[in-house]
Amino acid sequence: MSSSDNSASAAAAPPAKRARIIALTSGKGGVGKTFMSANLAAALARRNLRVLVLDADLGLANLDVVLNLHPKITLHDVFTGKNHLEDAILPAPGGFSVLLAGSGLVEYSRLTPQVREQLVGIIETVAPRFDIILLDTGAGISDVVLYSVSLADEVLIVATPEPTSMTDAYATIKVLATHQQRRAIGIVVNQVSRVGEGRAIRGQLQLVVDRFVPAMLPAGDTAPKLELIGEVPLDGAVREAVQKRQLLLEALPGAPAARAIEIVATRLAP
Amino acid sequence: MHKSHPPSAAPATAAASDPPALKLAAALQLLRQSGRDVPDPSSLDRVAWLQAVVDGLCELSSRDPLTGVWNRRQFDVALTGEIDRVARAGEAALVLMIDIDHFKSVNDTHGHAAGDVVLKEVAQALRECIRPMDTLARVGGDEFAMILPNCPPSFGHVVAERVRMKVQRRSVEIAPGESINVTVSIGGAFAPQWVRSSAPLWVERADQQLYLAKQSGRNRACLEKPMVSLVSAEEKGLLFGTSQYQDLE
Repeated sequence: MSSSDNSASAAAAPPAKRARIIALTSGKGGVGKTFMSANLAAALARRNLRVLVLDADLGLANLDVVLNLHPKITLHDVFTGKNHLEDAILPAPGGFSVLLAGSGLVEYSRLTPQVREQLVGIIETVAPRFDIILLDTGAGISDVVLYSVSLADEVLIVATPEPTSMTDAYATIKVLATHQQRRAIGIVVNQVSRVGEGRAIRGQLQLVVDRFVPAMLPAGDTAPKLELIGEVPLDGAVREAVQKRQLLLEALPGAPAARAIEIVATRLAP
Repeated sequence: MHKSHPPSAAPATAAASDPPALKLAAALQLLRQSGRDVPDPSSLDRVAWLQAVVDGLCELSSRDPLTGVWNRRQFDVALTGEIDRVARAGEAALVLMIDIDHFKSVNDTHGHAAGDVVLKEVAQALRECIRPMDTLARVGGDEFAMILPNCPPSFGHVVAERVRMKVQRRSVEIAPGESINVTVSIGGAFAPQWVRSSAPLWVERADQQLYLAKQSGRNRACLEKPMVSLVSAEEKGLLFGTSQYQDLE
């Protein structure tokens, strides 16, 4: 077949474009994962990307609070067939879209075969319409978190320099390496107090991963490679924006943390 | 007013004085047929007697009639309860799915009566392996299941192996003077510490391990790798080593 034939058929039926699905997870709660999801989405949207953030914690995330949205129709209504998926996708302040689960839906915060099927169906349906889908997963290492992470093409772990956060980030990396055969994991270090701290933390995590994880894997498998996607400084502007229930990138775009998140977006989508 | 009736007449009398929807006669017959004690209506007041009948029916509807262990219905109830308990208490629990190897050929070679004897004997062997807090159920034709609360991942293999050996060692007399030995394949999965899972997914994970056990030659136990989410002191030592956050690049 000649190359002109190939280009002709490609023009007739362009390859189906599908969003990159990126899961944000952390192990520990309270490290700014939802804050990061929302602001990173805004930063990516500024780069002319069509971005969707999905509350993959199934209602225990506070994405609605961070974005100051009061959705009438949620993922819950889509799961129960009460509403169409289209009606649950909402525009968020930062120029991206969100799919919220609605808070406190304890019965839906558990993974069942039905929820699992619905979630994968929803992601497959929306994937062709976006460039990037961010899955804001829950804290801890539950079946819900592991399942939503398993749907993602890439994983981004949000950690802080706190020892508890680093320990939980390491535990998460171990589980993702052994249960999901992840070979590359992105790291964003939030709340660093000096330049280069993120790089040091990535190095330390990699050291421990290389030392202990290979023994947990089948012979011949290699430990995951950790990649520092960025570090975000401890910045009073974050608290200010969160209290105003605004995106940092909207409220205080010049703040050091906001600029750092823009750099994370640049690294993710060069 | 029924005090003069002998106990055997009670069902008809009781049914006659109750709304027909209660089907007491049928209920009492079911209880008698299963060899359960039917309370004497003259020995109890009406409410206590009805309660005893309801209790008997509950028990009857939760048991497998052939082997006497719990049935699938009760297993599902216990499993859902265990998920809630694990979520609250955080202790690991193990589910084992236990399938008799080549059960079909036992039936084909020795007949269905022999097959029934095998099921009863395997049930008895399994019963001898469990603690009072464990749940043992027959969940399919030749498949049993066990729920073992408070079972640390490090004990899993020992427990599953003990079950497997117990069955293998039991000689089953399928006819006078004719004994056979059967084996089981076992698949197991733990409910992890931070569980937000549901009963069907837990069983699905154990079933995947059972499939592996069958694939790799039967008469063996395969357990899902427990979560490696615990971080050892050694790992923490290196993570926060002497040169904390030393730049290694």
